[in-house]
Amino acid sequence: MSRLRVIQGGQSDAPLVSLKGITRVYGEGAAEVRALDGIDLEVRQGDFVAFMGPSGSGKSTCLNVLGCLDVPTTGSYAFAGVEVTDLDQVQRALLRRHYLGFVFQGFNLLARTSAVENVELPLVYRGMSSRERRIRALEALDEVGLLEWQSHKPNELSGGQQQRVAIARALVSGPQVLLADEPTGNLDSERGRDIMRVVQKLNRDRGITIVMVTHEEEIAAYADRTVHFLDGRIARSEVSKAQV
Amino acid sequence: MLRGSALRIALRQLGRNRVRTALTSLGVLIGVAAVIAMVTIGRGATARVEQDLAGLGQNLLFVHAGGGRQGGPSGGPPLNLTDAHSIAEQVQGVAGVAPTSQSAATAAYEDQTHVTGVVGADAGYLDVLTWTIGTGRAFDPAELLAGADVCLLGETARNELFGDGAGIGERILLGPISCVVVGVLESKGQNTFGQDQDDFVILPLETFQRRLSGNRDVGVIYVSAEPGANTERVQADVLALMTERRHVREGMEPDFTVRDMREIEDMLTGITGILTSFLAAVAAVSLLVGGIGIMNIMMVSVTERTREIGIRLAVGALGRDVLRQFLVEAVVLSVGGGAVGVLFGLLGSYGVSTAMELPFAVQPDVVALAFVFSTLIGVTFGYFPARRAARMNPIDALRHE
Repeated sequence: MSRLRVIQGGQSDAPLVSLKGITRVYGEGAAEVRALDGIDLEVRQGDFVAFMGPSGSGKSTCLNVLGCLDVPTTGSYAFAGVEVTDLDQVQRALLRRHYLGFVFQGFNLLARTSAVENVELPLVYRGMSSRERRIRALEALDEVGLLEWQSHKPNELSGGQQQRVAIARALVSGPQVLLADEPTGNLDSERGRDIMRVVQKLNRDRGITIVMVTHEEEIAAYADRTVHFLDGRIARSEVSKAQV
Repeated sequence: MLRGSALRIALRQLGRNRVRTALTSLGVLIGVAAVIAMVTIGRGATARVEQDLAGLGQNLLFVHAGGGRQGGPSGGPPLNLTDAHSIAEQVQGVAGVAPTSQSAATAAYEDQTHVTGVVGADAGYLDVLTWTIGTGRAFDPAELLAGADVCLLGETARNELFGDGAGIGERILLGPISCVVVGVLESKGQNTFGQDQDDFVILPLETFQRRLSGNRDVGVIYVSAEPGANTERVQADVLALMTERRHVREGMEPDFTVRDMREIEDMLTGITGILTSFLAAVAAVSLLVGGIGIMNIMMVSVTERTREIGIRLAVGALGRDVLRQFLVEAVVLSVGGGAVGVLFGLLGSYGVSTAMELPFAVQPDVVALAFVFSTLIGVTFGYFPARRAARMNPIDALRHE
């Protein structure tokens, strides 16, 4: 933990996330797959970045590395100046717990568990009292517009609503970065736009840094910057048209 | 994660799958109940044996012809009355001596017949074996000396022949002879092995030898030591005297046996003790099987909930948080089963003890041990599935369908 405290004291002009020469290799010998093959990337505090590319291009692997869910084979990953590749498994989990929020394509809510309890989940692991957990979870649900759905279980909610619960869950612990893996992939375009408006609001109003994987141009357009992946490398990086 | 909330999560998770929870706990429940029931009933049986033997008199010695163990020198000459008189006269600390011979015969009175034991006894018999006269009287010295045709009945023999009648003064047939009933003994009830001790007829030894057996042999000589006398010393003296009387050469196994009550008590309690341990061991195996049942279900549960584990790890749970969650679940299963098992075990053994007229000998230490053991089983068998859950890679766990 003491090493992670440094993060809060990091210089504001330095990039929040800095990847240098990141590779991620699965398997060995003939079965070797280079999912990431030399990635250099910087994300600044408050950025909204979209990753695009065909399947197998490495965009999801890169997101997992950023989220400390996966460990790069070689290269350097600095989060607010702290070298993540030096951290052990517990320290990476603590970094996730305190600074990162996740939203997945498949929502990944706990079944048979109410919306508000799903949102409370990250706080359970921070040793917070149940009263305080409930208050914070309700605030987060309110922020995604689902306050009156708090006691519904995931199977009683629409896909769009479930994804908003998932966003509230990512939000509740006050993360620096929200990592979203195809957040609109399971939704129709109208619900997708709905979700993107919520995400955009978090980025603009609360200054949360967002990194999002998508394969839809329309969704990527909500981001400030789009990074295109191909064969484990970054092919090009462009400022989104909507921002121009 | 707070400890209280781990317990709450576990209880809720188990509550979602009640049938599975109940079936899983059942294994440990049966195991714990079986261990407690076996040990409690076993200890009750041991206590009953001790009680019964104490009723026979702790100071009692038995002398009979033949070696003490199988394959030893067999037979040798039978005992006789002179042996009994020598013991009474020459061994210090002897309170009473009762030479006896025993056989079986059909007793008959009018149209009632009953096969019963027949004991030939002399004056010392009732005192040495702690019998008391219920109605009528004991043999008088003249009857004993003359071998008169008189007899005493045990309560069961009286009941079989006379029903509600007292029987005193009536003449009964006893095999080839007949005798007049002069007294009936107080009932002693069943002995340790469920045998009816009251089912017999006593004749004067002289009558028995002369008219029933046709020889002067004595089967068993009962010797009672004086209260406060050193029984082991008396036993050693009887052994020495009989060795001399029967000309057993030095270094030879004696061709007779002297036992005291304590030896028999030790032997019997030893047997019940071994049986108790054996049954408890069998029961402990079922407890172990119950533990394996828990491990099996926890393995299934971990696989089923792989996605949930992935979600928890992604939102910041540490491996040890997940480990604790699954471990608490396993322990709740086994402790829950164990607690109900203790209850069932005590109820069951109480029922059996009451039905078998055994003392209800609850062993608090065994109850505590079975309970602690069931908790340990939860921890031990829950640990491996829990560790598997804790070591999952969050990405793979999240992708799991």
